[in-house]
Amino acid sequence: MTTLAAPSPVNYLNVKTTVASWLLTKDHKRIGLMYMIVVTFAFLFGAVFAALIRLELTTPGGDLVSSDTYNRLFTMHGVAMVFFVLIPAVPAILGNMILPLQLGAKDVAFPKINLLSWYIFVVGFLFTIYALVAGGVDTGWTFYPPYSTQGSPSHVAATGLGVFIAGFSSILTGLNFMVTIHRMRAPGLTWFRLPLFVWALYATSLVQILGTPVVAITVLMLFLERVAGLGIFNPALGGDPVLFQHLFWFYSHPAVYIMILPPMGAISEVIACFSRKQVFGYSFVAFSSLAIAVFGFLVWAHHLFVAGISPYSAMVFSFLTYAVAVPSAVKTFNWTATLYRGAIWWKAPMMWVLGFMGLFLVGGLTGLFTASLGVDVHIHDTYFVVAHFHYIMVGGAIMGYFAGLHYWWPKMTGRMYNDMLASLSALLVFVGFNLTFFPQFILGYLGMPRRYHMYPPEFQVLNVMSSAGAMVLGVGYSLTLIYLTYSFFKGAPAGANPWLATGLEWTTQSPPLPENFRETPVVTEGAYEYSKREIKVA
Amino acid sequence: MSGHVSPKSTYYAIFGALMVLTLVTVAVAFINLGSLNFPVAIGIALTKATLVILFFMHVKYSSRLTKMVVGMAFFFLVILLALTMTDYLSRGWFASPRGTAGAGTQVTISPPAPARQGAGETAPSTSPGH
Repeated sequence: MTTLAAPSPVNYLNVKTTVASWLLTKDHKRIGLMYMIVVTFAFLFGAVFAALIRLELTTPGGDLVSSDTYNRLFTMHGVAMVFFVLIPAVPAILGNMILPLQLGAKDVAFPKINLLSWYIFVVGFLFTIYALVAGGVDTGWTFYPPYSTQGSPSHVAATGLGVFIAGFSSILTGLNFMVTIHRMRAPGLTWFRLPLFVWALYATSLVQILGTPVVAITVLMLFLERVAGLGIFNPALGGDPVLFQHLFWFYSHPAVYIMILPPMGAISEVIACFSRKQVFGYSFVAFSSLAIAVFGFLVWAHHLFVAGISPYSAMVFSFLTYAVAVPSAVKTFNWTATLYRGAIWWKAPMMWVLGFMGLFLVGGLTGLFTASLGVDVHIHDTYFVVAHFHYIMVGGAIMGYFAGLHYWWPKMTGRMYNDMLASLSALLVFVGFNLTFFPQFILGYLGMPRRYHMYPPEFQVLNVMSSAGAMVLGVGYSLTLIYLTYSFFKGAPAGANPWLATGLEWTTQSPPLPENFRETPVVTEGAYEYSKREIKVA
Repeated sequence: MSGHVSPKSTYYAIFGALMVLTLVTVAVAFINLGSLNFPVAIGIALTKATLVILFFMHVKYSSRLTKMVVGMAFFFLVILLALTMTDYLSRGWFASPRGTAGAGTQVTISPPAPARQGAGETAPSTSPGH
């Protein structure tokens, strides 16, 4: 690897500082930061709804908000978190920030389209905020008809339009990344020398490009049925409400992989760096990303097992759902094998990774319960399912996002954060998360349905545990926000490669130059040649 | 990027073909072909889509990678349709004791109930369009 010349005083953060220079930037790193600001805002937005939900559920009586308000709370929580946090979090923030750096490129393939996708995302988010200010939406984030088209008095159309618009941002980002990975790799950077984060982003782009148009059209059809009375999902007009569920989940199940694949890529990077080892079975981990993306398209109807679909079809989808567990397990086993006999370095990113491994394991294994036809009848629409997908989406995707964020933060900002506080925060989130969601597995198994604000008194102890856990979780996330904000302005300088990591992003200065590299790097070795590096444990 | 430039006459010819096929679509809609109604309509639509993709979108003159990407998009569309049809085509095969429609069962749809009345909840307005 090359040794750096003295860092230039000019970097992408200070090259121009006017507001216009940010709002009109074509620099992928600035666009990544701009995504981070909007997504963090959406996260706070969704977190407030979550806090209100958990506050309401501390008592069985439903005495804080009305059932109508409660419907709006959990819907807005879901819409904000799924469409405006989880889907863009890793691809649009870390992907934008790091992908061209990892490829040795000056920028993404279409920098102007990249900026456009940020604006589209913001417009979609503004529509959703409008819906909230105007009174919210109460259908659940899945917008199932017939309620969403015929019954709901809330702002389904505005929210649906917001989701529709934001979808195009996702499509454009996916397209941009895919072309960038094909066309912008540095000399010598062959497919099997690519970092696994790039493979994960490639697989994610596939899902974004192929899946998102389907949900966009589906939401548009919902909009037309609601506003113009078209008979697509309404049986009285010759439609079929289950058709909506088929079309919606054709995207929305693979969307789970948009959320989880890029964090998995980040996990591979961090595990290799902080175990000072090659990722075990590199090509298996790379292809498992593609396998997850493709298999992910074949499983959607497991959300419909009790919706009246054909039992024969349900058997097919149940089998395929079990199949998608295989590549996920390949990854988990390979990460574990990477840790084995590694020189493990206990730094904050690694703490977040270990949290991810535990939580994703539980989330993945409980997915097999829900994939099982008989068991699903019992646990469908109960808190078991709520706990399961939070273990995947928060325990997996958000923990993975934070692992990646802590790993690349010194590169993004040029500054270090307080490692002890960051490790403490990872621990608080891990404990708080388990306290919040593990009781929900038990509640669901005992039969507590989701989406009700009242429940029998015998469920109160577990619900209070869950609400207490949410507070711990809130403290953990707030702590992260505080020390990272402090680090951004006052943190100690990080240097080009504080983790002594491999990868092209670490060969340029931190924060990187506006054009990333002084000269195009040439790659001569694989992505994780840690065996050739001196181990320095601080 | 393909540097191919097609003559204008190609575009006019394709445009003409698309217009003719649109007229055929409308004309066929007035003729009852029985079980062929659906295949004929889909066949015409697919022909039009293929013309647009090959000529207006220049895929005919693009690299093999571009062709593969287009083909893959169709492959996923086939997945969407085929796996959805596993549900619709096999629903009638199984007569459940709980009342799933069996083969040949006539399902009648009753008019929608007036308004949802949940216990203690305000009934929402049924008027669409917010």
